[in-house]
Amino acid sequence: MSILVNKNTRLLVQGITGNEGLFHTQQMVAFGTHVVAGVTPGKGGEWVLGNIPVFDSVKVAVNATGANTCVSFVPARFAADSIYEAADAGVPLIVCITEGIPVQDMMRVRNYLDQKGVRLVGPNCPGLLTPGEAKVGIIPGNIAIPGNIGVVSRSGTLTYEVLYALKMVGKGVSTCVGIGGDPINGTNFIDCLEMFNADPDTEKVVLIGEIGGTDEEKAAEYIAKYMKKPVVSFIAGQTAPPGKRMGHAGAIVEGGSGLAADKIKALNAAGVSVAAHPEEIPSLL
Amino acid sequence: MKLHEYQSKGLFARYGIPIPKGQVATTATEVRTIAKELGGWVVVKSQVLVGGRGKAGGIRLAKSPQEAEELAAQILSMEIKGLPVRKVLVDEAANIKSEIYLGITNDRAARKPVIMASAAGGIDIEEVARTSPEKIVKVHVDPLLGLKEYQARDIALGIEMPRELWRTFTQITFGLWRAYLECDATLAEINPLVITEDNRLVALDGKMVLDDNALFRHPDLAELRDLDAEVPSEIEARKYGLSFIKLDGNIGCMVNGAGLAMTTMDIIKLFGGEPANFLDIGGGAGSDKVAAALRIILTDPNVKAVLFNIFGGITRCDEVARGILTALAEVKPVVPMVIRLVGTNAEEGRQLLAQANMITAETLADAARKAVAAVSQATGGFPA
Repeated sequence: MSILVNKNTRLLVQGITGNEGLFHTQQMVAFGTHVVAGVTPGKGGEWVLGNIPVFDSVKVAVNATGANTCVSFVPARFAADSIYEAADAGVPLIVCITEGIPVQDMMRVRNYLDQKGVRLVGPNCPGLLTPGEAKVGIIPGNIAIPGNIGVVSRSGTLTYEVLYALKMVGKGVSTCVGIGGDPINGTNFIDCLEMFNADPDTEKVVLIGEIGGTDEEKAAEYIAKYMKKPVVSFIAGQTAPPGKRMGHAGAIVEGGSGLAADKIKALNAAGVSVAAHPEEIPSLL
Repeated sequence: MKLHEYQSKGLFARYGIPIPKGQVATTATEVRTIAKELGGWVVVKSQVLVGGRGKAGGIRLAKSPQEAEELAAQILSMEIKGLPVRKVLVDEAANIKSEIYLGITNDRAARKPVIMASAAGGIDIEEVARTSPEKIVKVHVDPLLGLKEYQARDIALGIEMPRELWRTFTQITFGLWRAYLECDATLAEINPLVITEDNRLVALDGKMVLDDNALFRHPDLAELRDLDAEVPSEIEARKYGLSFIKLDGNIGCMVNGAGLAMTTMDIIKLFGGEPANFLDIGGGAGSDKVAAALRIILTDPNVKAVLFNIFGGITRCDEVARGILTALAEVKPVVPMVIRLVGTNAEEGRQLLAQANMITAETLADAARKAVAAVSQATGGFPA
């Protein structure tokens, strides 16, 4: 078992003919993910990697291939449109890798998807990885092994760091979810904690947060009340100067809110062990 | 991207929000002429992108063109919180009956825009929010529906706006909503919105912050950026699409991914060093971007060592390695360099860099320790 993606995932890649889309489609296929279709408007009828058909629209691609998950590599200025398109085509799970989507676009997208009951992971995220089953996005497939640790993170490469550290000591992962570094995103920490709580194959959870917003504090409240499994955490940005956006659009300490210290305090109070640096995580599990 | 008061109010006026008559000037003589045209009683306001201008003496009332000129001369020679005053806004003075706060921003937690208003205007709204939150009226707007008229009325009611001004207030609220929406603002704020002695509503001061990620839709607004308020290396970095923030330490950092870049700073500090910068080369960075990043790091004379921490995902380690080689050939750095490559195409990257005389590290902790040790060696055992 796992959450969100597994061997039954039938993946559609939006922006499949672009540089990044193509490179990571290769990687996902090599990993063993069932990539059933690609979409690039204007390139319908072409083929990618020999056997993946490219379509002009998501709707046509879903009808033809039965895709049940979308991953979008579409550039920021068109990304919101690509998410609406996937949602309107009836795809229940959309993963958006794209960084730099205007925040007002994301507010509209999120409110629209909530009304439709469609799940979005990201944007500005590395996607999902269920070792041994499926990889949807850009997480390097060889840095994690199958196991019973669930990982959820606002970051990309920092997540790889943690997966790699787990692998180095022989610890495996049920599913890793990168929820993204934007201030407005789809799936959040609590959504993932709920899913891991319910997943019989997840025994422990690693939560990787960073400065900005109050999602970690809310996750801590959820953990204190409902979490049946141990949670270990790391929070990035303890040395970040206030008022500066640390790369991620959402990573900013504003008006005294979003501090790493407050998040660590809230998590500690909820019984979560917080690591001093990511390579310390395996020893806390 | 922050806009100046005069830029923000200029935009407000486009959306039908009443602003005082006024003009921007860069010299005291200009200020005198403007003050004369405006009838003598004017406010001279420094235009710098920091808060607390009033407290710093950067906003002054003048009762004659002569006084306006004198005050302008003082203000134009000031520095406010390290920023030189290069421009002043000269506005006609208003007779104020009461002051209101009206602002629109993004509520992260609610995932919606929120309009905030308070009858306690003219002061720091964050302070009001802390000390007396009951004085702030908040209305969330459905981003798919947009602002509705009843919501604007609710705000007017909530702040006890006199009934005869509801109509104008509603127009102003809609104007501010459109400015927020159409400029892709993350903050559009009138503080204060005043009721004058003759019962008019006027936006005396204004502030807008725009979403950097949306500037591609607004090339005209992108040009309003004030480079004075920014560090030169950060301006240079933006040209290459690099996310760079200068810090005070001596270990330069080049990392891919914002979370990992922050973590690299944190771990340097944890092991007793001080990071010289935050730098995220971004996903999928090519060699030219990497080369630019290294040049920017090395222009900082404080940098005594450079730590590269690349965990390949969307970024390919071989591309990063090529960028490093390009930059090394060009810059010929003398400081020690510690490198850690893991993930996509890491092996190819390592092979490319085998001849480059860099200190290699396996883990993040190992890399941080080696960088801190290299600095301490370079500075004769005195870190930072």
